Amino acid sequence: MSKTITIDGKIIPFQDGQTIMDAALAADVYIPHLCHQPEFTPHGSCKLCTVKINGRNCTACTFPASEGQEVLSETQELIDDRKKITQMLFVEGNHFCPSCEKTGNCQLQAVAYHLNMLDNHFPLFYPDRNVDASHAEVMIDHNRCIFCTLCVRASQQLDGKDVFAVSGRGINRHLIVNGESGLLKDTDLDVTDHACSVCPTGAILIKRTGYEVPIGQRIYDHQQIDQVSLATEHHKHDE
Amino acid sequence: MRQFIQCIAEQNHHQTTHLLKMLREIQSRYHYIPGDAIEQLSGLLNIPRTQIISVVEFYSFFHLSPRGQYELLISDSITDHMLGKKDLFDYLAKSLNVTVGEVRKDGLVSLDNASCTGMCDQGPAGLVNGYALTRLDRSVCDQIAALINQQKPLEEWPSELFQVADNIYQPGLLLNQQLEQGDALKAVFRRGTKETLAELDKSGLRGRGGAGFKTATKWKFCSEEPQPERYVVCNADEGEPGTFKDRVLLNSYADQIFEGMTVCAAIIGAKQGFLYLRGEYLHLHDKLQAILQHRRQNGLLGNNILDTNLNFDIEICLGAGAYICGEESALIESLEGKAGIPRNRPPYPVTQGYLGKPTVVNNVETFLAATGIAVNGGEWFASIGTEKSKGTKILSICGDCARPGIYEYPFGVNVQTILNDCGAVDVLGVQIGGPSGTFITNQELDRKLAFEDLATGGSFIIFNSSRDILDMVQNFTHFFAHESCGFCTPCRVGTSLLRKQLDKIVGGHGSAGDIVELEATCQLIKNHSHCGLGQTAANPILSTLERYPEMYHGLTRNISFDPGFDLDGALETARRLANRDDAGAHLAQTESEHE
Repeated sequence: MSKTITIDGKIIPFQDGQTIMDAALAADVYIPHLCHQPEFTPHGSCKLCTVKINGRNCTACTFPASEGQEVLSETQELIDDRKKITQMLFVEGNHFCPSCEKTGNCQLQAVAYHLNMLDNHFPLFYPDRNVDASHAEVMIDHNRCIFCTLCVRASQQLDGKDVFAVSGRGINRHLIVNGESGLLKDTDLDVTDHACSVCPTGAILIKRTGYEVPIGQRIYDHQQIDQVSLATEHHKHDE
Repeated sequence: MRQFIQCIAEQNHHQTTHLLKMLREIQSRYHYIPGDAIEQLSGLLNIPRTQIISVVEFYSFFHLSPRGQYELLISDSITDHMLGKKDLFDYLAKSLNVTVGEVRKDGLVSLDNASCTGMCDQGPAGLVNGYALTRLDRSVCDQIAALINQQKPLEEWPSELFQVADNIYQPGLLLNQQLEQGDALKAVFRRGTKETLAELDKSGLRGRGGAGFKTATKWKFCSEEPQPERYVVCNADEGEPGTFKDRVLLNSYADQIFEGMTVCAAIIGAKQGFLYLRGEYLHLHDKLQAILQHRRQNGLLGNNILDTNLNFDIEICLGAGAYICGEESALIESLEGKAGIPRNRPPYPVTQGYLGKPTVVNNVETFLAATGIAVNGGEWFASIGTEKSKGTKILSICGDCARPGIYEYPFGVNVQTILNDCGAVDVLGVQIGGPSGTFITNQELDRKLAFEDLATGGSFIIFNSSRDILDMVQNFTHFFAHESCGFCTPCRVGTSLLRKQLDKIVGGHGSAGDIVELEATCQLIKNHSHCGLGQTAANPILSTLERYPEMYHGLTRNISFDPGFDLDGALETARRLANRDDAGAHLAQTESEHE
């Protein structure tokens, strides 16, 4: 008999060492997330994957599954809170979807749609952030960074480099790059690095590839993020 | 500079775990961390420069751009404000001719705010190049300004400027103990470590940092871990505004604290301990080092302690201005030379702590109590206090009272008794447990200090009826926004949202809907934040909103919409540019205001 947990009443098998998120993905249950991708060490910072485990809020991507856990995920309360957390991510940066190249391929935008986010709710921060277009093939638009550290982890764990880091404290957190000038051009980043294609928003973009796929034919133009996540991340997870 | 950096890297054996220590030395010498130093250090330690930059940008006492040769910081705790901080700060800025947050043109002096420096019973307080200044007033400020302008080295400044008093007004079970060095260790070796752990268990001692986890259980869990390399950490990162008891304990009871750590080491099987001392207590550093040295000479630290096979030593690590490092997993990150970002849990430090090894982290007072229990047995401690809160609690009492200082009470004491003892009259309310704790009004003074009722790490701030509660709420809310580590969304964005929203309401620009919104944001941050900082950051608003709803509603405007911004305020720049201030240059937010 394999061990099981329940998510919203559904019985889900798991193996020792799996997190709630691992078990959920394997069983085709989507829990919203932005800072998590199955091939990297879980981070637990965006808090979108917060679920209630035996009455306590925990991040599904970091919390180990254990026998008999009763997990609540799609409750109205958690759905509402996830929407507000997504709204927080929108207001702290400068996210203008209609003018962003990532629109339609953006996970932040897709999660917002999934959660039926119709406005920003909170007052906008309008932070003063830069664009680093110094690199020949890759650019960073800091306005769109949500500090998920996926690029940091991809660079370390897949590319064997240390191109990115998140620095600063509190609302002053920001992405920095490992070059003497502080600019991307002075790092050892290659356009083929996994770190260049892992960004869930439009913060890291590969130059001269913009609009290759027309708006209307992009990933989330026809599918919800839950379908995409289960189709792609489930697969990665099994590898 | 190259030689200097080379030298400190060598002194620290090129260990990245000592990064904070190295950066403290560089900051202290150059008054910032120069880019060249980062480059060189990154090469010497073989770590990416981004790792160093992220540490520099995390801690308040490190800077990427030059600060003054005299770095003046003034404590911004509510208690300092109650003692006249604002007026003094302005006076100091004026007499030094320096803008707050900036460096004077000649590079000699910079002036800025610091989060509570732990001198709440002797404020307004500050720091000059990291060393504590107390009891500041205008004449002291004049003196400081003169010394700076004469460029007098800090060593030649009059010592009374740096005088820090203990102010112990009411010692109890722990503070009255007269113990000789080694008494507790001898008792442990006589009784046996297992038996001592049983006594600790019997004592009912719970962690004194505030969370109240049972100490014996923590030590037992750690001792049962399969991994043989284990660590003992004393959390002396006393950053909760209004708390200063650990400073006094370290100043006058350090031997008993180190002994408590050594007792823990004997029980859990650790060879290395750390005292994580908050950077604001730099003035204690040399004294504590001397005590450690003395203990080594007396065979109480090092190899074969008291001729047994116990080998254990203690290293002091200084923080660099980050409240979050009081959270145990953030503290461990900081000990490892990183930014103090709380870890995901589980695993807990008792299984994977410092360098991934089993680690006991306890508060200063917990180790002090453990020493007493090791000598006197569990019953000595358990016979005092309440059912779930055994023993005594040492309190840092400050704010509006005649005798601010250190008081020790059996758990279960009621608030009124404490107020009588410290000479507090005309009390409006008391903030118990610091900003992350609870505010109680003068209608609740019969409540008790105990884990069952009002839990506290030791902070006890009294407000009399001349005070405006909102000043306190604003101060605390700004504090949390400043100290949030920024790791998780709800706390990073939420604490800044609370600050804006509260300022809007207090500034008279809020409507009834804004208060509903404020409370909803509070709940979101409380329920979803990654660690205790975020989970308690909304407490100042929530606990006062519950008690004084009419105070908040009295501030709002009777309008049916929620203005996103102050319409007239937004025109200020335009008015200044146009050099106009006539009626036509103003806009009303609502129709009624126009009339």
